[in-house]
Amino acid sequence: MTETRLPMQPRLESAGLDAWILRLFDRIDETNLPWLTALTHDCEVALGDALVDLVPSYTTLLVVFDPLKLSPQAARQQLEVVISRLQPEDTLTPGRSHELPTYYHPSVGPDLERVAQHTGLSVDAVIACHSEKSYRVFALGFAPGFAFMGLADPQIECPRFDTPRQRVPVGSVALAARQTAAYPAATPGGWNLLGRTSARLFDRDREGFSLLQVGDEVRFLAVDREEFVRLGGDLTPVEAKL
Amino acid sequence: MTLPKSTAAIRVQQAGPLTLLQDQGRFGCRHLGVTQGGAADLYSWAWANYLAGNSWGAACLEITLGGLQLVAEKDLVIAVTGADLGATLDQKPLPLWQQVVWKEGQTLAFATPLSGLRAYLAIQGGLAAEPVLDSVACVSREQLGGLDGRGNKLAQGDRLAVHAQTSKPQERPHQAPEDARLDFSQTPVLELLPGAQIGEFTGRSLYAAFNSRWRVDNRADRMGVRLTGPRLDCRITSMISEGINLGSVQVPPDGQPIALLNDRQTIGGYPRLGALTPLSASRLAQCLPGQEVQLKARGSGPLLEKHRRFLEFFSN
Repeated sequence: MTETRLPMQPRLESAGLDAWILRLFDRIDETNLPWLTALTHDCEVALGDALVDLVPSYTTLLVVFDPLKLSPQAARQQLEVVISRLQPEDTLTPGRSHELPTYYHPSVGPDLERVAQHTGLSVDAVIACHSEKSYRVFALGFAPGFAFMGLADPQIECPRFDTPRQRVPVGSVALAARQTAAYPAATPGGWNLLGRTSARLFDRDREGFSLLQVGDEVRFLAVDREEFVRLGGDLTPVEAKL
Repeated sequence: MTLPKSTAAIRVQQAGPLTLLQDQGRFGCRHLGVTQGGAADLYSWAWANYLAGNSWGAACLEITLGGLQLVAEKDLVIAVTGADLGATLDQKPLPLWQQVVWKEGQTLAFATPLSGLRAYLAIQGGLAAEPVLDSVACVSREQLGGLDGRGNKLAQGDRLAVHAQTSKPQERPHQAPEDARLDFSQTPVLELLPGAQIGEFTGRSLYAAFNSRWRVDNRADRMGVRLTGPRLDCRITSMISEGINLGSVQVPPDGQPIALLNDRQTIGGYPRLGALTPLSASRLAQCLPGQEVQLKARGSGPLLEKHRRFLEFFSN
């Protein structure tokens, strides 16, 4: 078996009395994921019942431990061992795949026109471009079940708004630069809204709670209005931007 | 939510602006984007439970600013700690930081902040609610926890239920020793463990960070507290978003630090000076806008020792 190497020397950084940040990369890349998935798993095994929380993100993993069960120094030593043995997760076993039924339409995706103008594409071309690609979940955060996904085709790259909307409706499918996401709950938000999915992204009654997890593969499946409604989608128009 | 009368123990006559059910917080779920929640002043929360005869983890009321009136529907053993919100029991001053008997029919009221911002009311047995992700911590933004599990703060007419005391409460002192009761009118010195980006701040900014008096801005809530003072410059202006721990002090490009508390977003991308200790984060959560605080960077040794002593004391 050939050993795969990390592009940089991993760093352990203090994040408080009960936490370390493991920094594996200094830039966002889809190839970071197999490493971070493996690291998350290995830390879970290594720390056992001293583990409190693990927060993977694009380039890092935050490890929070119980300071009554483990000193920061002991935790550091264990994490150094984990890093020294780290090998990327086998790419043959990636995360789960999801298809999120999405109704792309100006009534629920009021920024389709903005993205079209910004990129010089037609609205239909923007929709086609966004729905054709499959995306990876890089991180969860911002709100429960909010998955940061990427990377969108550079053709539809479009910056977020300087001033966020007060309220983005549940299920909104959105784009910011080359990242994409779907809002699991109504929250303020500054991303470009392209449409809306009928999928329930965060459900407290579901095992695992969040539909999407770091490492998962996601496609937005364009559906028409009728199908969207049949699936339980909400057609309430987006409130005018304040 | 209506409860069968047999289990209800307290009636909410007036809810106050922000009264929340809180326990130690929600853990093991940060990877889902779910925040920590829990008592913003963990120190006072722990003392309230201790004095009421509860074990670590029992749900209390976190009463912010006051404005709360509760009527007992049966005799209860309670303790109130944290901020002095001018609490009274049937209009007589309620002693804080000690066990008190609250008799059926008596009104427990919290008026306005005299010292500190958040009071903690623990009731022997602990308040009862259905946990969400193993915690009843109320986080309104996430619609999780609280009395109804949907993140709602207390409302007029709510009925609060108390767990039946299954075992005899432990023999403990009924009063907190004098030196354990914090004086929230003093300017606090908040202890900070330096983080990885501290070397990216300019020397002048580091001097300013730890030798200035910082003013608590009115943009302060359970997510975080913004501090205003000298501008802090960092060679990094933004980073790729990463997990953020309780107490992290991040500095956005405007140079004014924000200390992140219990309801913070789980990931963020600003450079950080470091992290306040959990006890210093607790202390900051008691500061009203306009109050001054100081930051002090220290090594992990003494900070850890203090934190472990705190946890060990209350986990027995």
